[in-house]
Amino acid sequence: MADLKLLDAPPSDAERAAIDAVLGAPVEANGHRTSRADRTSRHLLLPALRAAQRRVGWVSEGALGYASRRLSVPPAEAYGVATFYALLALEERPADVTHACTDLSCALKGATVGPGEHPSPCLGLCERAPAKYRTVAGEAPFEEQIPAESLPLPQREGLRLLRRIADGVDPTSLDAYVAAGGFEALARARELGPDAVISEVTESRLLGRGGAAFPTGTKWRAVRDQAEQTRYVVCNADESEPGTFKDRVLMESDPFALVEALTIAGFATGAQKGYVYIRAEYPLAHLRVQHAIDETAAYRDGFELELRIGAGAYVCGEETALFQSIEGKRGEPRNKPPFPVEVGLFGLPTAVNNVETLFNVLEVLRIGGAEYAETGTEGSAGTRLFCLSGCVERPGLYELPFGATLRELLELAGAGTIKAVLLGGAAGAFVGPDQLDLRLTHEDTRAAGVTLGSGVVIVYDDEAELVPALLRIAEFFRDESCGQCVPCRVGTVRQEEALKRLAAGRPHEGELHTLGEVAQVMRDASICGLGQTAANAVESAIANLKVFS
Amino acid sequence: MTMLLTAKKMIELTVDGQAVRVFEGSTILDACRQLGIETPTLCYGDTLTPVNVCRVCVVELEGARTLVPSCSRIAEAGMVVHTDSERVRTSRRLVLELLGSSVDLSTAPEALAYIEEYDAKPDRFGPDAARVEHEVKIDNDLYVRDYSKCILCYRCVEACGVDHQNTFAIAVAGRGFDAHISTELDVTLPESACVYCGNCITVCPTGALMSKREYDMRQDGTWDESAQEVVTTVCAFCGVGCNLELHVQEGEIVNGTSPDDHDVTLGNLCVKGRFGYRFVETH
Repeated sequence: MADLKLLDAPPSDAERAAIDAVLGAPVEANGHRTSRADRTSRHLLLPALRAAQRRVGWVSEGALGYASRRLSVPPAEAYGVATFYALLALEERPADVTHACTDLSCALKGATVGPGEHPSPCLGLCERAPAKYRTVAGEAPFEEQIPAESLPLPQREGLRLLRRIADGVDPTSLDAYVAAGGFEALARARELGPDAVISEVTESRLLGRGGAAFPTGTKWRAVRDQAEQTRYVVCNADESEPGTFKDRVLMESDPFALVEALTIAGFATGAQKGYVYIRAEYPLAHLRVQHAIDETAAYRDGFELELRIGAGAYVCGEETALFQSIEGKRGEPRNKPPFPVEVGLFGLPTAVNNVETLFNVLEVLRIGGAEYAETGTEGSAGTRLFCLSGCVERPGLYELPFGATLRELLELAGAGTIKAVLLGGAAGAFVGPDQLDLRLTHEDTRAAGVTLGSGVVIVYDDEAELVPALLRIAEFFRDESCGQCVPCRVGTVRQEEALKRLAAGRPHEGELHTLGEVAQVMRDASICGLGQTAANAVESAIANLKVFS
Repeated sequence: MTMLLTAKKMIELTVDGQAVRVFEGSTILDACRQLGIETPTLCYGDTLTPVNVCRVCVVELEGARTLVPSCSRIAEAGMVVHTDSERVRTSRRLVLELLGSSVDLSTAPEALAYIEEYDAKPDRFGPDAARVEHEVKIDNDLYVRDYSKCILCYRCVEACGVDHQNTFAIAVAGRGFDAHISTELDVTLPESACVYCGNCITVCPTGALMSKREYDMRQDGTWDESAQEVVTTVCAFCGVGCNLELHVQEGEIVNGTSPDDHDVTLGNLCVKGRFGYRFVETH
């Protein structure tokens, strides 16, 4: 690393102590030069900045400079990283900050932004909308989800992934988890050996539950087959798709299962270490997952697990952006290929799996791949979690075998007269009341030109308005675009401008045609899934619901 | 640079119906250039690592769900590529329209030529379309930064960083439409790590970065590239031997550059080579 020109302002004692608590005490062997260990620890930049902000409420020049110096990160780059994440503040602000969700599900429940509160994208508390997230900095910093009380599961019958949660197994007790059959899947995996585990997962036809529906067995096999022996598994728990809260419920209420499943993933792929990357807005999940990691060393047999916490960036749910974020960089997605199985975290082979996907692996090992594949349909094996919110009587998390119809799901949740349903979140698509017999499978939704995505089902009844929802979706993508590629950076802005004109009844000539072309270039030429899906919901509302015609 | 002759495998692919053989590891753009197929590029620089962010070089690859950036997609045997399909032309045109509607391209000759070639209409988004707007930054005697002309191609960041200078004075800050090139906390260049090599100016495709001399002459209306003669010499400041191109207008040196294909410099110079020509004026 070149000689760096560093920021002049010193950190306060409190900031220094908070950053040192993350990085360890500095080795000041030679003036203020950094130690060799620090120079290879850039991946600790985000944890260091987060620690400073939790202590004093913001990232001051002193804190930014001290973190840069400790880690030998050029200050300009550290500033670039700090300004990327919405929850990091580069200007002084009160220690107690509340973020009020103004996203789709909360808007349907009368969300308001109080004086001094910051408007926020979806906080993943959609079943108890309207939601808020409060951060309190200080000597004993804490974060809280508002409302704090979780709701009981609305569904009791036919649960598989949610079984332990429905049975009320204590999420803070390892003994309770073991008594409920915990770690039997891991024992089974060790009995089978890595190759047979992957064969079972392949035979189960398990598809990823994060949105892209990639075959998990194929992914694991590809990592296992790499010549490079240093490998990682990463659990993508940056659940930020508006309307999604399934992974939060799983992590808060069944965290040992996540640790067990990740350990199996590590065993099968030959990875020595795993990371769990959880979005910042899930403080209870942080505590529960960290506790589960701490308690389970004896079961993991040397497989290391580390929790990483985001800082407010939807795009970090894109797998390569997530790697960048763990590595201490801006969460800018990488171009693919090369794919993560070959060049992933720290440039090494990596298996990235969503939380729900990993929970399914436990099920696959419990009953065997062949039996697992019996549930569901030909193209979609197993059960699926659905996040119901909006205009329903019983919002919350539902688990149904693939193949159930949207109508059946909505009846369970208690929906009234339906104007539209948003499937798959902001990156998903609207369907109308004439499409309720749609079978909820990958093959049926694909044929209908929609997607299950991350399992979002937001219901709009006949009193709900769709145009404000479209404007909110457009605003969401404009805010969350990382800004790296032109189609998404400018396209999401142009999309929002056009929708505002259409909503106001003052469209330009040929507005819908222009909007369609912007959608096409975003879908065709953006680097990552964010830009590629940023027009989906808007296009579906225009096509399926005839909004603006 | 001396190229060692090693046995490198050749692969064959098809671009616009023509078979082409390229060395393994070449990009689709390399294959296009080998065939003489004109492909627009903005963020790509011959001496820089491709970042594939401008997306103006996209091509259609059979079997791929989306278009792919030719500048960084490695060619594979059997690929079938189309560079002139309706889909490719539409994407390129839209990218140019999105850029032209948001950024001042008045000193970006390549971008302006592509806009004409692709019949792009940046004003289709209307007069109220949001634009990237920044105050011109004049905080030193050597160069001027006008980020309202910046298309965020990352070339200056790469030149300042590991690709060339290893100074790391600038990086991308902010996010989305607000993303911009910045020093730490937006401090002035003199307060930053900048060493005034000016290599960022060389790689800037839009004139967002410009020498103070060029900026001042443009303000005065006296900058006239057509009246400039380029004199090639060797920089006399040290023993490295950098090729220096002095741009002379009406008997006065107005700019100093080095050719991209020069073995020693790859287009780079140091502060003395780049700006030392002003000493000539003191005689």
